[in-house]
Amino acid sequence: MKKIDIVIVDVKEKKVFVTDLLCIFNVFSLGFFILFYSPASQNQSGIMIRLFKVKEKQREAAENNNGRAPVKKQSPGELRLNKDISELNLPQTTKISFPNGKDELMNFEVSIRPDEGYYRSGKFEFTFQVSPTYPHEAPKVKCKTKVYHPNIDLEGNVCLNILREDWKPVLNINTVIYGLNYLFTHPNHEDPLNHEAAAVLRDNPKTFEANVRRAMSGGYVGNNTFSRCIY
Amino acid sequence: MANPDFESNGRWRDLDKLLLRPGNLVNENFEPGPQLRSDLQEYARVLVVGAGGLGCELLKDFALSGFRNLEVIDMDRIEVTNLNRQFLFRLQDVGRPKAEVAAQRVMERVSGVNIVPHFCRIEDKEVEFYNDFNIIALGLDSIEARSYINAVACSFLEYDSEDNPIQETMKPMVDGGTEGFKGHARVIMPGVTPCFECTIWLFPPQVKFPLCTLAETPRTAAHCIEYAHLIKWDEVNSGKAFDADDPEHMQWIYSEATKRAELFGIPGVTYSLTQGVVKNIIPAIASTNAIISAACALEALKLATGCSKTLSNYLTYNGLEGLHTKVTEFFKDKDCLVCGPGILLELDTSITLQKFIELVEEHPKLLLAKASVTHRGKNLYMQAPPVLEEMTRSNLNLPLYDLMDKTPKDVVHITGMVSKNDKKTSCLRKLCVVFKGVDLVTEMDTAGGA
Repeated sequence: MKKIDIVIVDVKEKKVFVTDLLCIFNVFSLGFFILFYSPASQNQSGIMIRLFKVKEKQREAAENNNGRAPVKKQSPGELRLNKDISELNLPQTTKISFPNGKDELMNFEVSIRPDEGYYRSGKFEFTFQVSPTYPHEAPKVKCKTKVYHPNIDLEGNVCLNILREDWKPVLNINTVIYGLNYLFTHPNHEDPLNHEAAAVLRDNPKTFEANVRRAMSGGYVGNNTFSRCIY
Repeated sequence: MANPDFESNGRWRDLDKLLLRPGNLVNENFEPGPQLRSDLQEYARVLVVGAGGLGCELLKDFALSGFRNLEVIDMDRIEVTNLNRQFLFRLQDVGRPKAEVAAQRVMERVSGVNIVPHFCRIEDKEVEFYNDFNIIALGLDSIEARSYINAVACSFLEYDSEDNPIQETMKPMVDGGTEGFKGHARVIMPGVTPCFECTIWLFPPQVKFPLCTLAETPRTAAHCIEYAHLIKWDEVNSGKAFDADDPEHMQWIYSEATKRAELFGIPGVTYSLTQGVVKNIIPAIASTNAIISAACALEALKLATGCSKTLSNYLTYNGLEGLHTKVTEFFKDKDCLVCGPGILLELDTSITLQKFIELVEEHPKLLLAKASVTHRGKNLYMQAPPVLEEMTRSNLNLPLYDLMDKTPKDVVHITGMVSKNDKKTSCLRKLCVVFKGVDLVTEMDTAGGA
């Protein structure tokens, strides 16, 4: 077995650190193994090994006792979501509910009842799924009510820029909810998810309006059947 | 393998160069000498999180650098595609747990080292499990997992009455990460250097295509693949969850993406690109992993022995064109919810939640109006929305001490409005609540016994 030494040189300290690497590496990478480190600043804490010794003794002593009761950890994502939720300022049209109770806020439901536009008096239910890495990642939003809409497809996918390409951590749940409301007051044929609906909206708004009403009262549009969402 | 001559003369020659000689830039209190190596072998306990590309390298590096008490945790099993870089694994190992095989292989090759494998999710271990280690080395590929371990490690940190971190409670981490030819290595000393959450903004946002582009105007192979993955899958397999680790599912996405690419005349859809796009994979490169892991292992050695001051505190490496590497010193966020001290409040056990909310509004360091209060995932009071306000309103008249399950000292998070120069902004704060006149130790025992 060929042995290759990997050398890491800490230039500032004139020290050489060598590990024997027991497996053969491609030679191309060897040239890179010299890493130059910049000096460390003074703010690091001191040598740790003495602490380790003390801790080892404590650990042995602790093993005989009962450990502390396990505690629930709250992810930073949950904390941020709590903040968003506690500051919600919902429009009149919107209701929110938490099917899993007051302590499980990462999955919730939003229902929107537009009071103007093509979709007035319809009721549309959305599910929100928020990941632990929120707000690095946008919430996942789906429309549970089947709707005839140029920007929402029949599977409930929603084309709203701030849910995907334009999501930023400074945005919050309130912004998303306002965005969803906006979709109902301003359906947009330029970003179609439901291609047919978009074409009708663009070419013949009167027919589009009639189609929306028919869909919302639980009728057919083209080959698609919708369930009633006007109450 | 055990060759006494090698053991006494050759084996630790290189390590001893670091541990036996003084230097100008060693850590204060560094005392070179043979004791240091045997202490390192006896007392330093290191956990390697992840037994993949970085984890394999880390285990090998630690074992060869004199560490003897190692544990490794990984929830995955070995796949064929791992074999090109996860060099501890062989073809016949495919399907076996990574942690177990990695531990076994390193122990076979390096005498004296003991590695305990844990084949499970990091969340499956109790928080106290992580407190057993002196250093935690991260070889992970997700923000979520890093964030979790960071939160656990920082939860051990305690501050003194002047908000200085107490050294005995610090759980140092070394974190490595690679993406193709690029990588980073960093040292996280909770309370001293920025924790993972202090600098979470360093991560670039994920690239997400607009759904309507996918549905209407695909222009690239990736658009076609995302269309099959995000839209077509639900349309055809309604209700069935997509599993990126199921080859049949992946094959289905690939064939749908190919059809769509043909329809729009877009070249370039391949099976491996499909996997890459759907699983967000950037090809891993063995040499990048080796370099980053070596840097991490060296930092751990420095932390443990003090043979040098540590990297301060974030190394980036880019081998894409030539080689570029740089160390940047980031600063911690003093108000960090995860590693910050929180604002200390000493309270009577009789104080009600209502009174507590009034108190944080008047507290000179907080001045936080309309507070919502959360304790360990339990929402004690929510100002909005009305549905949650109603559910939590009855707590207002109860003593906070009871609502916190009679915990004598704990972290509480509050959100509310702060006025600054006539402008109101919302903010989230970490508080450290201590109840007066409660004996910490006896309370702890009753909690444990219950």
